[in-house]
Amino acid sequence: MQKVFERPKSLNDKAFHYCPGCGHGIVHRMLAEAIDELGLQERTIVISPVGCSVFAYWYFATDNVQAAHGRAPAVGTGLKRANPDSIVISYQGDGDLASSGTAEIIHAAARGENFTVIFINNAIYGMTGGQMAPTTLVGQASATSPYGRDPKFAGYPLHVCEMLATIKAPRYIERTSLNNVANLTRTKRAVKKALDLQQKGEGFTFVEVLAMCPTNWGVDPCEAVDWMEASLMPEYPLGVFRDARPGEVK
Amino acid sequence: MKTLMKGNEALSEAAIRSGATLYFGYPITPQNEVAEYMSRRLPTIPGGAYIQAETEVAAINMVYGAVSAGRRALTTSSSPGISLMAEGISYLAGAELPAVVINIMRGGPGLGNINPEQADYFQAVKGGGHGSYRLIVLAPSSVQEMADLTVLAFTLADRYRNPVMVVADGNLGQMMEPVELAERYPDDVDRSTWALTGAKGRPGHTITSIYLEADEMEAYIHKLYAKYDEAERAEVRYEEYLTGDAEAVLVAYGIVSRVARSAVDELRALGIKAGMVRPVTLWPFPKAILQQLADRARFYLVCEMSMGQMVEDVLLALNGRRPVHFYGRSGGNVPTPAEIVAEVRKRV
Repeated sequence: MQKVFERPKSLNDKAFHYCPGCGHGIVHRMLAEAIDELGLQERTIVISPVGCSVFAYWYFATDNVQAAHGRAPAVGTGLKRANPDSIVISYQGDGDLASSGTAEIIHAAARGENFTVIFINNAIYGMTGGQMAPTTLVGQASATSPYGRDPKFAGYPLHVCEMLATIKAPRYIERTSLNNVANLTRTKRAVKKALDLQQKGEGFTFVEVLAMCPTNWGVDPCEAVDWMEASLMPEYPLGVFRDARPGEVK
Repeated sequence: MKTLMKGNEALSEAAIRSGATLYFGYPITPQNEVAEYMSRRLPTIPGGAYIQAETEVAAINMVYGAVSAGRRALTTSSSPGISLMAEGISYLAGAELPAVVINIMRGGPGLGNINPEQADYFQAVKGGGHGSYRLIVLAPSSVQEMADLTVLAFTLADRYRNPVMVVADGNLGQMMEPVELAERYPDDVDRSTWALTGAKGRPGHTITSIYLEADEMEAYIHKLYAKYDEAERAEVRYEEYLTGDAEAVLVAYGIVSRVARSAVDELRALGIKAGMVRPVTLWPFPKAILQQLADRARFYLVCEMSMGQMVEDVLLALNGRRPVHFYGRSGGNVPTPAEIVAEVRKRV
């Protein structure tokens, strides 16, 4: 019998610990597929963040390192400078990247570090139990914004792709979503493109993925997709924010 | 051949010749000569890189990444910057990574000033970061030792797979003395069982410090402490000066030990049987020699450029057997031999 669908080589045979309807498992699989398709498994080092994906290293059949909260882009800088032939992937959530690690992500981008960042934005702190994130929407209720995020006290959501696109060095910046098949396909394509650019030594590549967190949004997995389309995607427009070498930025 | 060098330059060149050709740092006085030296030298060395980090927080995490890849790497800073590195140092110890961190101490707390102090002893020796870990801490007292102990720091970091800190002060960083360096300091350490070099022909390696289960975490901490026990047995280093018949034992490290040595000479000239113990490893602390000297010593005088930090380890070592006195200066003031002589003479 012919096998038409199988586990990527770069993904260990281990069940994900993520909640039903969570976006992490989908993106993990896409990343493993992209690593396989480009033949990068034996050169890849994945950096696990602090957050729900702290144990990303359970799943990737590559070399792995776990980093302190927000510091993955600094760790990635050290890894890549120590061994420029390696393929370094920093996998981070929104609390990690857009709050604790804002300095690290901005300066890694500004230096044009030749690695790839996969940024999972679900507008909430997952592992600690659904607290307000820098990406939480205005009016969105969370464990620490129980009356909804009030811009008078808590300001407005941070748009990381737009922020990084003000910097000259990044090679590729795209925001995608996991809400439907077309966007899943786009996400996979973006992840693969980022890794391909990295292996060609083109510079800093960044893919933000809008992802579901049914558990901490307090909805079921189907409603989570609806909420993402109705609320998250209008706040965070999808698209390519940069696809050019530094000298060629339009 | 001896070369006249600043302490900060000597440690830089010693690091490079130890194979540490990756440097990550952030400007802060009085250690800027290190970053400036590295930014000149490292780009000319194959595989070398100098990165000016956005913060000390980032610098220590860049070291974490670089040593994870199996390379030697270091960062240097001064007191407030070391405070920012505390998180990363704890992670390095927790992930069993060999790294070298050098603190050219200045005045504090807070912004303090850029004068030399020794007030980061507690931070270096007692923790600084969170959790159950130890740093091996080395304290040079000359420009030659700035180089030699940097070389030793890399050796010990690899031997114990643990961060090692060199603590000097603004004086040692800035002053110039003749230094002799070897052409190269060998690095023949096999890191292939854990370094992240890509899972080619082997299962993936993982570097982490998270252990969710209580028993698993406890077992891991015990494993770390078995290493620390071994370091306490094998790595204690100190220097004695005229301690054989000493009734007044001075204890001082770093630049203060040089002042204390002059004080011992002056006291001897006055007919007072003084001697000195200079800890070279602040952790592991040279407890045994201090205990042995108590057979003859009538009292100890600990001299530091702080309000009294190492003195607590001397008290612990002696456990009440002999009186332990303290003399310290702060704010960038260095004790003079005359001040130390007077402190001893008060008590004989």
